[in-house]
Amino acid sequence: MSRIELRGISKRFGDTPVLNDIDLSIAAGEFCVFVGPSGCGKSTLLRLLAGLEDPCAGEIEIDGVLVNDLPPAQRNVAMVFQSYALYPHMSVFQNMAFGLQHRKLPAGEIERRIADAVRILQLDGLLQRRPKELSGGQRQRVAIARAIVRQPKVFLFDEPLSNLDAALRVQTRLEIARLHRALGSASMVYVTHDQVEAMTLADRIVLLQPLAGRNDAASVAQAGAPLALYHHPANRFVAAFIGSPAMNFVDATVQSLGDGRVLADAHGMLCAAQLSPQGLAVGEPVTLGIRPEHVLLGEGAQRARVSHVEHLGEVSHVYLELPGVSTPLLAKSACDDIAIYDVLAFDLPAQAMHLFRADGVAQARGDAAERSVAAVNG
Amino acid sequence: MLLVLAAVGGWPLLRTIWFSLTDSELADLGDYAFIGLENYVGEYGLLASPEWWQAVGNTLLFTGLSVSLETLLGLGVALLLNQASRLRTLLRAALLVPWAIPTVVSAKMWSWMLHDQFGIVNHHLLALRVIAAPLAWTADPQLSLFSIVLVDVWKATPYMALLILAALQMVPVDCYEAARVDGVPRWQVFRRITLPLILPGLLVAMVFRTLDALRVFDLIYVMTSNSRDTQSMSVFVREQLIDFGLVGYGSAAATCLFFMIALLSIVAMGLLRKTFERAAA
Repeated sequence: MSRIELRGISKRFGDTPVLNDIDLSIAAGEFCVFVGPSGCGKSTLLRLLAGLEDPCAGEIEIDGVLVNDLPPAQRNVAMVFQSYALYPHMSVFQNMAFGLQHRKLPAGEIERRIADAVRILQLDGLLQRRPKELSGGQRQRVAIARAIVRQPKVFLFDEPLSNLDAALRVQTRLEIARLHRALGSASMVYVTHDQVEAMTLADRIVLLQPLAGRNDAASVAQAGAPLALYHHPANRFVAAFIGSPAMNFVDATVQSLGDGRVLADAHGMLCAAQLSPQGLAVGEPVTLGIRPEHVLLGEGAQRARVSHVEHLGEVSHVYLELPGVSTPLLAKSACDDIAIYDVLAFDLPAQAMHLFRADGVAQARGDAAERSVAAVNG
Repeated sequence: MLLVLAAVGGWPLLRTIWFSLTDSELADLGDYAFIGLENYVGEYGLLASPEWWQAVGNTLLFTGLSVSLETLLGLGVALLLNQASRLRTLLRAALLVPWAIPTVVSAKMWSWMLHDQFGIVNHHLLALRVIAAPLAWTADPQLSLFSIVLVDVWKATPYMALLILAALQMVPVDCYEAARVDGVPRWQVFRRITLPLILPGLLVAMVFRTLDALRVFDLIYVMTSNSRDTQSMSVFVREQLIDFGLVGYGSAAATCLFFMIALLSIVAMGLLRKTFERAAA
């Protein structure tokens, strides 16, 4: 089994810190997704695992072996590149065989492995073609097949879907998920900037944040199961990144503290949040957060005017003007008869609220939060 | 555009071909008689002249030696320069110096350096005890063509290196990274990835240099003048035309040279097209 351990990994390019202080362990067979905005170093972290870059500090262990000083070839990893990196002058068959030919494999082994990969990725009939004669999706499958035939302990994917169109991306995403189930024991590390890919594929998400020149910040904003990041973001950065459209944020001050309840004043609007009051003080400036899908329209005591509506068919995005707040509050609604300038009643359910302290750290929410949010939606 | 081309290229060419069919002489260009192919296949015609065939042999030997050496050295230099380094930009500029010096100047410079009595090359080789007695680099029939090839290699290798470097930089970096992750040995990477991918560029550079080398004149003329042992086709043409004043005969030689190069160009272009089509497929 192939477990990956990262301990205290840092990476700088010249004077620019890219990754800082990363401690991470990826279990054998786990599908781990590195996600984050551009410039957060997620691809660099993957290249550190592959051995294409060397860390400035820290240790990398694969399968209990310290690989810091091992060349990529000896780490037993296979990488799928964003640009596919197929050899343009070789046929599909040669592309797959090239990485194996120098290893002394028993006769027929290369052909057998390629036949397996062709079957898994449905590449029949393409073996003699050059990469130029393939569509983007086919090239992507060849690149994945080239990784499979090496039978590595760890698969590394560097934004493999970013060059595909939307429909193909969804289809290939499903194929990768299926592949992970089929290959079972191999771990997969997958880099993407697309949170939908991260949420749908990952057993575990590692959300990285850009250091923006700061040496003291840690690169990992939060690591955990997709729904844990969604329901219990550790800080404002995670809350804003995960979820689409993004969470609404409103500045507020703490009004009163109760048992498992915080009351906050957001520009005259009193909001209750069902979360731990621990460490908060009355009068403290905080930020309230609520996801668009949790804002209830057509009920409750609050009133607001609709400044803009986007009808997407299955759902409508309704922008509500709040007094004293420049950014409108976004609500998702199943009704498609809402028009601009309507005045609507709305409610911000206490169990759906998030609360962030001035330094961005989230106030712990109870385990009940997920269930009660589900109840609200139901 | 075609008119200009016809005026500067077509007219002199046609005139040369016409002269090659006459017995005109430099002393009086107006006074000539049409003699058909006499200059080519006659008793004293070009194709029966051992001097001409020696010049053809010299040219081919020179071309073969210099282009292959320049290709090998150029490839080596280009591979070295392709490693990212701060020095690279500086080196690239410095490389061009031999190419930028006019051939006559560098030929003269090398003639002095290779001078058998006062040359710095003999001086150092003697001091290092590599040779026991001074060598007549440019006068010894055994050595002179070799010396000329060396000077041409010195001059044209940078040109080859830069053209090959341009081709090398077109090879996608991620192909190398993919090979690295797969643990493909360096030699395999070079032979199976680098070489096939730079082949079109490499061939273009070689064709350019070959066509250039076939017309070689200034280097040989400056270093060894009209010596039969090193005379190239172009030097032969000049000797006949100017020194001997045989405009008709010299024109016949020039025409032969032209058709040889034209033929080679057509073959080379066909070859290149095939390579490019294969690379593009």
